Amino acid sequence: MTKVTMTINGKTVVGDVEGNTLLASFLRDDLRLTGTHIGCDTSQCGACTVHVNGRAVKSCTMFASEAEGAEVSTVEGQAAADGTLNTIQQAFQDHHGLQCGFCTPGMVMTTAALLKENPKPTVEEVRTYLEGNICRCTGYHNIVKAIMAASGQDVSAIAAE
Amino acid sequence: MPKDDGIGAATLRREDVRFLTGAGQYTDDIKQFGETAAVFARSTVANGVIKSIDTTAAAAMPGVLAIFTGEDFVEVGGNPAGWLINSRDGTPMHEPKRPVLAHGKVRHVGDAYAAVIAETAEQAKNAVEAIEADIEELPAVVNMKDALSSSNYVHDEISTNQCFDWGWIEDNREATDAAIKGAHHVTTLELVNNRLVPNAMEPRSSRASYDRSRDEYVLHTTSQNPHLTRLLISAFVLGIPENKLTVIAPDVGGGFGSKIYHYGEEALVLAASKRLNRPVSWTADRSEAFLTDAHGRDHVTKIELAMDEAGNFLAFRTETLANVGAYLSNFATATPTFLHGTLMAGNYTVPNVYVNVKAVFTNTAPVDAYRGAGRPEATYSLERVIDMAAREIGRDPIELRRQNFIKPDQYPFASAAGLEYDSGNYDALMDQMEKVADKAGFAERRKKSEAKGLLRGFGVNAYIEACGIAPSNLVGVLGSRVGLYDAATVRVNATGNLSVMVGAHSHGQGHETAFPQVVAEMLGIDAMSIDIVHGDTSKIPFGMGTYGSRSLAVCGSAVVRATEKIINKAKKIAGHMLEASDSDIELKDGVFSVAGTDKSVSFGEVALKAYIPHEFPLEDIEPGLEETAFYDPANFTYPSGAYCCEVELDPETGKVRVDRMTAVDDFGNIINPMIVTGQVHGGLGQGIGQALLENTTYDEDGQLLSASYMDYAMPRADDLPFYTVDHSQGTACTHNPLGVKGCGEAGAIGSPPTVVNAVIDAMQSGGKNVTHIDMPVTPHRVWSAMKNA
Repeated sequence: MTKVTMTINGKTVVGDVEGNTLLASFLRDDLRLTGTHIGCDTSQCGACTVHVNGRAVKSCTMFASEAEGAEVSTVEGQAAADGTLNTIQQAFQDHHGLQCGFCTPGMVMTTAALLKENPKPTVEEVRTYLEGNICRCTGYHNIVKAIMAASGQDVSAIAAE
Repeated sequence: MPKDDGIGAATLRREDVRFLTGAGQYTDDIKQFGETAAVFARSTVANGVIKSIDTTAAAAMPGVLAIFTGEDFVEVGGNPAGWLINSRDGTPMHEPKRPVLAHGKVRHVGDAYAAVIAETAEQAKNAVEAIEADIEELPAVVNMKDALSSSNYVHDEISTNQCFDWGWIEDNREATDAAIKGAHHVTTLELVNNRLVPNAMEPRSSRASYDRSRDEYVLHTTSQNPHLTRLLISAFVLGIPENKLTVIAPDVGGGFGSKIYHYGEEALVLAASKRLNRPVSWTADRSEAFLTDAHGRDHVTKIELAMDEAGNFLAFRTETLANVGAYLSNFATATPTFLHGTLMAGNYTVPNVYVNVKAVFTNTAPVDAYRGAGRPEATYSLERVIDMAAREIGRDPIELRRQNFIKPDQYPFASAAGLEYDSGNYDALMDQMEKVADKAGFAERRKKSEAKGLLRGFGVNAYIEACGIAPSNLVGVLGSRVGLYDAATVRVNATGNLSVMVGAHSHGQGHETAFPQVVAEMLGIDAMSIDIVHGDTSKIPFGMGTYGSRSLAVCGSAVVRATEKIINKAKKIAGHMLEASDSDIELKDGVFSVAGTDKSVSFGEVALKAYIPHEFPLEDIEPGLEETAFYDPANFTYPSGAYCCEVELDPETGKVRVDRMTAVDDFGNIINPMIVTGQVHGGLGQGIGQALLENTTYDEDGQLLSASYMDYAMPRADDLPFYTVDHSQGTACTHNPLGVKGCGEAGAIGSPPTVVNAVIDAMQSGGKNVTHIDMPVTPHRVWSAMKNA
């Protein structure tokens, strides 16, 4: 067991982990932050995406011990303290960008990383950036639309409902 | 009635908030004190005799609490098939036992033959590695055609690999043969409906706990139908009394059919929880999901379309081999038969239809219903052969379809495949499709593509499906061993808010938002005062769950019926309170009033009175305000649609891109258009995935070659276009109280033939006479087809 210390969603967290404990497992099993989901074993699906020191990381490909001293943020830390959804979360709800919700935490975290790097992406840039996040429910239409809306761009030309 | 949350409003989904903030509670998120972990030992060979399993070393590993093998379940029952199909000669289908853990033989890669329970999943995994299983590998039965002539049997005890040989409708066989023989033109097409893996993003997961003091079990599991799962476990597999077993399907991360079925892992964790008197959990990793979730499709079909000189359809005749895998999953025998053969008249007045389906056992994972379930296979065969026929006789594919469409004045229409369609207007759908897809602008778009060196193709499709599954009387005649009604309990609480307990299960469909819209509309109250309770057998009435686009049509109808009972009783209470006859009471905007007077009581006051029944006429009215209704539909519902697709094809590489995809659907009345559109989007994504990307491949030894997201091409955001979805041409269902038809599967049914027809059109436009290509239409297949044309 190794002692790790990191900041998660603004709070300092100390834990004991094995050398091979994945960050995803540490978040889910030790800290009960179960919003970070595990959908595959090959780091393809992106449901486990979190931010480590401001960068989007698939938490199933990183050991918890590698996050020693890091600033980690997860989907649980995205809404305001009073529960108000952030701009990205609200856009996903407004544009029906989720159905079963399983891939959603990863989509929200990936979108946050995208918009930080590229505040006004094109549709093509959004689709390319989502390459590492799989959704089986939405056919991506409303996810892309929600991301465009979250970036403050006009989505009225994208087929509605 | 506030307009923004009643029937027809695009109300935002209330469930989204918990999913967007990470507060959703999926099965693997639920942890119980003292929980242990199960890991399965799975066969690495497709076919083999289990000579011995030595667990001595594994049992001595750190943390190991118990090891189970097939031997432990010899005395309990098997996981049954839900439909009995009889062969053409009247003999019943073969139903070999599907045990909790393989015993005697393993029959597909991934077949579990042992399970280790340990303190942690990692310890259990390590112990599984230490199990010494002597399994003698046998040649695998993989290819369906070979399987039928082979004496190498998946199940030795039945001495055949044919599960059944089904004819629909057998009495139509001779007339169909004669119509084809005497026809002016017959078009014949042989095609493959590619095998798919449903791939819900949440892997299957089950966790069981046992309460020794009460001899009771609780199973949390990834299910689309918790009551059905409980019934199967209780009545067929473990024999746990139904009233001692609670099955809870909490938030479920997608299903698409794969979570309808009961799987052996559920039985294993239940049995283990009792033996250890501790909670036992299991969650599949993605490789296990690929190896053991029920797969979909996998038909090989020959279809013939006979026409007269004028292009009138005279007959469809099909011969299909349908893979059922190594064991019969719960709906496996219904999918290629009554969910497929009965749709083989399509949207057409064709007088003769005959369908033959041979179901084949192979050493592969079980195959069962996947989004659309049989109807995508029917639509694909029909709509591909019609396009081919149009090309052969030099007719426009849309005009040929229109000529043979059932017309609006012909309903109810008895189809040649045995169903009675209640409503529809296929010409109106096609008109609308041509309009919103801007068919007129296609020629210009083709020119632009050609200027870039690309070929552009235009493909269409008309589909009909039977859903809202299903009338119990009818499916009983067809072989179903269950009824297919659904149920709802509406409980008005004393403080005036409502809990509505439903048999349907939401795993992405938005029931928690849409169902309250129906009740709010009927009662005239705020939808946010109504909560839906689903997924817990200890709370909900016995309903059959969610699949077959049935939730709103069947369970929603039960909600309507129960709410009607609530209104009737509430009017009695209001009549008592207002000293009037209940027949004079009117309900409007949540207020009960005496007609023609200003005397009224609010819905909330009536609710409170029901639970504080002072001065109540107890001889006439019972206290309380809670009603249950079971609704059994009178018929299937028949959604239909006209789809079109435009692809761009690069003749240098064979790469196909869907540029425009239009879906015009008749879903009857719409409760929440936002949710309906989202359902269509998802179906289109899966249908385009089937057409262009996805394929499940076993090699000749039965090894699954596409067992991860590195190998199985899931559609990604950059593979798919924006879609144009239109449901303005709805014709109300005539036999359920909401007039709804169901929208969950349409996109996956309508899109694959549309895409492939467009690809063929593109190749033809490039001067290549390619008339057929199998899915998935990969660059290699396109390039090869064009090179060889």
